[in-house]
Amino acid sequence: METIQVESIDKGFIATVERESGQQVAQCYQCGNCTAGCPLTFAFDIPVHQIMRLLQVGQKDRVLRSHAIWLCATCETCTTRCPREIDVARVMDVLRILSRRAGTVSEQGVRAFYDSFLDSVKSHGRLYELGVIMKYNLQTKRPFTDAALGPKLLGKGKIHLLPGTIKGAGAVKEIFKRFAHKRRNEG
Amino acid sequence: MRIGVFVCHCGTNIGGMVDSHQVAEAAKQFPHVVYATDYLYTCSEPGQLQIQTAIKEQSLDGVVVAACSPRMHENTFRRTIERAGLNRYMFDMANIREHCSWIGEDKEANTRKATELVRMAVAKVANHAHLHSSLFDVNKRVLVLGGGVAGMQAALDCADGGLDVILVEKKTSVGGRMAQLDKTFPTVDCSICILGPKMVDVAQHDKIKLYTYAEIDEIKGYVGNYTAKIRKKAPYVDWTKCTGCGLCMEKCPSKQSFDYHNEGIAVTTAINIPFPQAIPKKAKIDPAYCRQFTKGKCGVCAKVCPVKAINYEMEDEIVTEEVGAIIVATGYGLLDIGELGEYGAGRYPDVITGIQYERMLNASGPTQGHVQRPSDGEEPKRVVFISCAGSRDASLGRPYCSNFCCMYIAKQAILTKDHVPGVEVYVFYIDIRSPGKGYEEFTRRAQEEYGVQYIRGRVSRVFPQGKRMMVKGVDTLLGAQMEIEADLVVLGTAATAAPGAQELAEKLRISYDGYGFYMESHPKLRPVETNTSGVFLAGACQGPKDIPASVGQGSAAASKVLALFSKDQLASDPQIALVNERRCIGCFKCQDTCPFGAIEERELRDGQKVAHVIETVCQGCGLCTSTCPPGAIQLQQCTDNQIIAEVEALCQAWKQRS
Repeated sequence: METIQVESIDKGFIATVERESGQQVAQCYQCGNCTAGCPLTFAFDIPVHQIMRLLQVGQKDRVLRSHAIWLCATCETCTTRCPREIDVARVMDVLRILSRRAGTVSEQGVRAFYDSFLDSVKSHGRLYELGVIMKYNLQTKRPFTDAALGPKLLGKGKIHLLPGTIKGAGAVKEIFKRFAHKRRNEG
Repeated sequence: MRIGVFVCHCGTNIGGMVDSHQVAEAAKQFPHVVYATDYLYTCSEPGQLQIQTAIKEQSLDGVVVAACSPRMHENTFRRTIERAGLNRYMFDMANIREHCSWIGEDKEANTRKATELVRMAVAKVANHAHLHSSLFDVNKRVLVLGGGVAGMQAALDCADGGLDVILVEKKTSVGGRMAQLDKTFPTVDCSICILGPKMVDVAQHDKIKLYTYAEIDEIKGYVGNYTAKIRKKAPYVDWTKCTGCGLCMEKCPSKQSFDYHNEGIAVTTAINIPFPQAIPKKAKIDPAYCRQFTKGKCGVCAKVCPVKAINYEMEDEIVTEEVGAIIVATGYGLLDIGELGEYGAGRYPDVITGIQYERMLNASGPTQGHVQRPSDGEEPKRVVFISCAGSRDASLGRPYCSNFCCMYIAKQAILTKDHVPGVEVYVFYIDIRSPGKGYEEFTRRAQEEYGVQYIRGRVSRVFPQGKRMMVKGVDTLLGAQMEIEADLVVLGTAATAAPGAQELAEKLRISYDGYGFYMESHPKLRPVETNTSGVFLAGACQGPKDIPASVGQGSAAASKVLALFSKDQLASDPQIALVNERRCIGCFKCQDTCPFGAIEERELRDGQKVAHVIETVCQGCGLCTSTCPPGAIQLQQCTDNQIIAEVEALCQAWKQRS
């Protein structure tokens, strides 16, 4: 078992997480109700109540390199059940953002999926499924995954060859632009 | 007037954030001030001696102490100046600690504020009048509200001390929660066996007058002289005739009535005696279920009653009792389990509360002590306890610990192992709270000797899985989810304020906290007193507590009453409202606003009607003063003139500064 040195408690990291999530990590009294209800604990490397504990002792690297924060489905069972009224799902969200910022994303596939999804919405104003799948497959270097399903889905009209358009695609683009602008300004 | 000013440092409490010396120097310049000084601890013996010496040497006739809140030391200093020969009311305190040094971080601004507070206090004392308290008689009878273990202990101790006691209990029998319990922790002795003798003592004590199935309608008066209107609810049975034979229960055809004593895990008859050891052992009809009341015809009990005690026409009766003090021991309630949706409580029969399980374990309970699944009556092979069900839960508005659940869960876990051979028992807990004498050893025994499996973590969900209940929790020590298929789930439900606690508090004019528990006068030093003189607290109405603590508080409250009643007369507080009869126009607006009923009509010789304050009833709240149109009614030591003098002093200070 490893030894945690008190010097490794990163108070700046705790403050960043608290500021960006609006949640106070010291509120957590480690009852474990978040983990008890979490439907993805089976896949997590660190159960969510331990993510909260690692946050309380400012273990930045371990938290931001964890797989759990990327496997979280944001189902918000943890938030609903928390007797201390901590929005745990929001904390997990903030951790994903911080992990990207720090360049410590441990689940590149999940990150790639988020990116392809958002790129598609940005370009077309809505989801272009085929585009998302292809981009995601290329980024994760497995171009032909699920390719066999393609004709079936096309036949049933579940996916389309060409992207659809929506009214107000320009407005959606504006949202992305505003976000990019805001991010530049705020660093 | 010759006023002396004494500024306290209170160590660094005031001295650290206020320049006390500078305040004293500034005070020397104020009108009427002939002496001013500062001292490290004014409340200490040398500090008080300094005041007394100054009164004599400087011929002071008024004193201002700038220190802490008057709630802490007003009486100390009043006695100090009285010992030096001054009238004890020629005194005022400027609060430069709670209102100044503790809250401001700018020492210069604090010092300025402290100086202004002293200046105001000096202006007020300059307008003080000598006041003298008068003595009034004490009615040495005590009213105890609640016949649980705390209330019974208080009643017995008062009665043994020679006082006449009136004990009022809401239910038909005394005993309270403890009468529902099977065993008590950590000794595992039979609850009713140790409570029963106390119940009998209460019933047989010639100094105790017992009203069961009764509630308080109204409380009026003041310490030493309270009047209580007690509503004796109609049991529809003449208790002077009822012998408690139970024949009516045998014959009553309405057998599906809610069983309050068994917390709804069984049904009872519409006419019932709650439990075999009930005291008084008298029957009562529940009109919500009785066919005579719901359908208009039946009358079986009236026919079978050998002493003809049944009376369907009976009405509530109001009795009035005069007492000098009141002990409130109204106990606690339990969380409405419907609030715990994720545990399925109230929806699934095999998820029950701790108190329901207690009834099931009880030999005189509906299952004669056999542990059974409520759904099919089978004996469970696996029982899961969930602690903190609703307690320590800010999301349900109950962030507090319910105090006794950890211990009764350990007890029930042990009893389960005793009652059901080969049963598996699991306890989900967040922390085990066992600080009482022998408590830690008890919870260890449950684990070591009885093999109860304790799992450190909370339960997220309980749902049916076939015939059993699936409990989804966590073992935080392992960092793993824990799934248990249980036959029976027992919730350690949160203790809450007793139903109706707030309404009663308003009748008694005592305060309660955000959860409805009654507020003690001081959390450490006055734990059984309230801020209403003559009203005392005992037991769980003040906050969840176990039996030893409740009994301790019952005795403590009784000793407070006995001490209060050791004098035949009490001194009234002269800081009350007084009417200037020449100014009073007889509109009696004061009478309407007075919350204490302290104002009466008085006819002058010329036939004119004016208001008159009943000295002992007035609490000095000042509501009448601000209502009176011609300003005829004035609160002594807080008159309009004194308030104006204070405001003027403050304005002078501001004028000088600008």
